[in-house]
Amino acid sequence: MEDLPDAEVPHTDPVPPRFHTGRLPNSKAGDGKPRLLLMGQRRSGKSSISSVVFHKLPPSETLYLETTTRIKKESMHSFMDFQVWDFPGHLDYFDPAFDVDNIFEEIGALIWVIDAQDEYLEAIMRLNTTILNLQHSYPNINVEVFVHKVDGLSEDYKGDTFRDIIQRVQDELSDHGYENAPVSFYQTSIYDHSIFEAFSKVIQKLIPQLPTLEALLNSLCQTCHIEKAYLFDIMSKIYIATDTSPTDLGSYEICSDYIDVVIDVSEIYGWDRPTEDGDAEAQETGNNDAESLITMERKGNNYLYLREINKYLALICLMGDDSPADKKAVIDYNVGVFQTALKQVFPRAERDVEATEAVE
Amino acid sequence: MNTTKRQKQRKVLLMGKSGAGKSSMRSIVFSNYVAKDVRRLGATIDVEHSNIKFMGNLMLNLWDCGGQDGFVENYLTHQRTHVFSSVAVLIFVFDIESREFAADVVSYGSIVRALAENSPGAKVFVLVHKMDLVQSRLRQQLFDERAEYIKQASENFKDTVEFFPTSIWDQSLYKAWTQIIYYLIPNARGIEGLLRELAEVVDARELILYERTTCLMVTHVTRGVETGNPFTDRFERISSILKTHKQSMAKHTGIPAGSSNFAEMQIKTGRFMFFITRLTENTNLAASIPASEQVFNAARVNIMLVRPRFAELDIASKPRPAVQQAFAHSAESGSGLGMGAMDGEDGRGKGKERERGFE
Ligand SMILES: Nc1nc2c(ncn2[C@@H]2O[C@H](COP(=O)(O)OP(=O)(O)OP(=O)(O)O)[C@@H](O)[C@H]2O)c(=O)[nH]1
Ligand SMILES: Nc1nc2c(ncn2[C@@H]2O[C@H](COP(=O)(O)OP(=O)(O)OP(=O)(O)O)[C@@H](O)[C@H]2O)c(=O)[nH]1
Ligand SMILES: [Mg+2]
Ligand SMILES: [Mg+2]
Repeated sequence: MEDLPDAEVPHTDPVPPRFHTGRLPNSKAGDGKPRLLLMGQRRSGKSSISSVVFHKLPPSETLYLETTTRIKKESMHSFMDFQVWDFPGHLDYFDPAFDVDNIFEEIGALIWVIDAQDEYLEAIMRLNTTILNLQHSYPNINVEVFVHKVDGLSEDYKGDTFRDIIQRVQDELSDHGYENAPVSFYQTSIYDHSIFEAFSKVIQKLIPQLPTLEALLNSLCQTCHIEKAYLFDIMSKIYIATDTSPTDLGSYEICSDYIDVVIDVSEIYGWDRPTEDGDAEAQETGNNDAESLITMERKGNNYLYLREINKYLALICLMGDDSPADKKAVIDYNVGVFQTALKQVFPRAERDVEATEAVE
Repeated sequence: MNTTKRQKQRKVLLMGKSGAGKSSMRSIVFSNYVAKDVRRLGATIDVEHSNIKFMGNLMLNLWDCGGQDGFVENYLTHQRTHVFSSVAVLIFVFDIESREFAADVVSYGSIVRALAENSPGAKVFVLVHKMDLVQSRLRQQLFDERAEYIKQASENFKDTVEFFPTSIWDQSLYKAWTQIIYYLIPNARGIEGLLRELAEVVDARELILYERTTCLMVTHVTRGVETGNPFTDRFERISSILKTHKQSMAKHTGIPAGSSNFAEMQIKTGRFMFFITRLTENTNLAASIPASEQVFNAARVNIMLVRPRFAELDIASKPRPAVQQAFAHSAESGSGLGMGAMDGEDGRGKGKERERGFE
């Protein structure tokens, strides 16, 4: 893959994605971890989202979650560190009793959750007040509106609700002259992949290296006849980048399900075995980065390919129809090149791995 | 013996109160529904019959019996012998959320009585279903209490009835159905024997045989340290993983779930290597082996070579010569065990076959 752009020179995209701030806040008191705030009405689903996405709670178990009474702060340690703050629904987020600056100063994104199955007018009023307040003092904060629990709605109603909510927020913003405020909207549910897709897009805006990653993936796809390639955060199943060909929820879903397969099987058979006679052998030949391949019976060719890139990230590729099984060596080689390039983009992840290995 | 092509028809009754979840289970296990889809199912009218070809010569003749009172009344009276004769297995489903548990048990009582009259040799499995609706910390206790109570009402089957907690939302469904199927497979011991020999030859830590359509486990062989694998629910977990994956592929490719099978799936890590591949018309074989490319490649070759042996077993149930002859690359002296005489305890903790001439 000779034509890979040099990873150290960030690729400058002619049309930067809208609202992509690439800002990793690191002010004085800061810990340098972008913060994701989950806000919205009571029972809108904030804690459920956080538990399903970051703790792998089965969606049906969220029925037993209790209402949140104080801000729950969690640190996520991954390819980049970030924090998720789950707020109680009934709080007035601008109550002077709060240290407003402390809350908003370093955030990467404010995620506002609206229950689409419930009356949402009050939720929108509070959202509008919040955005207007933020526009005043922190105009760069991404506001991500999750129109949530859409699983229970008919297609028509879902679309109408979504449009209605967008309209109501945008009207209010333009009334105050903020039509360009960085506000985005998503339809989400914890019962399918949509919540992960939405989170992926929210997080991608906070990754300064995104354009470089996309360029690397584009080039990989082209060289190896890959239809679609995703770089996944293994733990959360959020994808942090994909090539720039059109994305659809379907290809994200199959890759995400595939990660589950590999993670589950790896958990089942990757347990700590007591020293056995086969072990010496294993250390000689076993490859340390997990890899996986699925060949389809109908198509007779490679279909899905997965390769662990480092401790946190995995590359998953949906192969094109013209990608015969014997091309695996070519793919392996080019993925190796990609992996090396990525080391330069995310030197941190590598250091981490070395550090943990040294401890072991 | 005229066993070669004759199919073993086994009649299985699926009963329980209306809304208990019988048809939901059936559609998930046998018809590639996902848990979300079952909300669309209507109540079953009278009995829905389905014939399910399972592992070659086993044909499940499943009677999904609508559970509304009128139908049940009818089964117990006019259709009594028609419904309850020559039954191999009765699967009775209790809804954990039912507010009339006592009444459900009374109804269960009349059904097992009718069964005892007409098919005294039948086996009863009781599924306490929709366990997902109970908070996880209360599940075990509630299940135990219900099971004990139902057991007391099981009449002639009191000593043999088996209980399983189930939910369509997790792998417990697969765990229960795996046990039921295992009970029904006529030559399970024979398959197990063949599998054990294969495991020795390819130096596998574990081999698991899965039925292809349902992804239910037929049987497995575990060797050496792997017997200490802490994930004791791994067989049904893999069933559930495979099923989900199959649906996900079907959705993405547009190929119906019934035929969106993979030819092979490989996973290689520093700690183990794993692959799952088609073995016979009706089965997939999953193999977990030490993390070595060499062992991995040799295992794949050997499994390919042994396919015809398993294919025969898939169709007929008469004893076969030992599997050893099928391996081109094995230098291990055959123990000469015939299919019918496999020793289930043999072969543990050996793991000393590395000198064998794999290529
Ligand atoms: N149908 C559906 N229900 C959901 C979804 N997400 C969450 N819920 C349900 O919504 C209810 C409330 O969820 P929580 O996560 O506790 O809500 P919250 O916003 O944290 O509430 P507070 O902590 O009181 O502010 C739970 O019963 C969840 O099961 C969804 O995507 N679809
Ligand atoms: N929570 C939960 N609901 C389930 C489960 N299994 C089935 N259900 C629900 O139970 C309802 C009734 O399921 P069916 O399978 O149609 O019931 P049935 O036993 O076939 O009923 P009849 O055909 O009338 O005898 C469906 O709406 C399913 O969504 C489960 O494990 N958990
Ligand atoms: Mg909460
Ligand atoms: Mg039914």
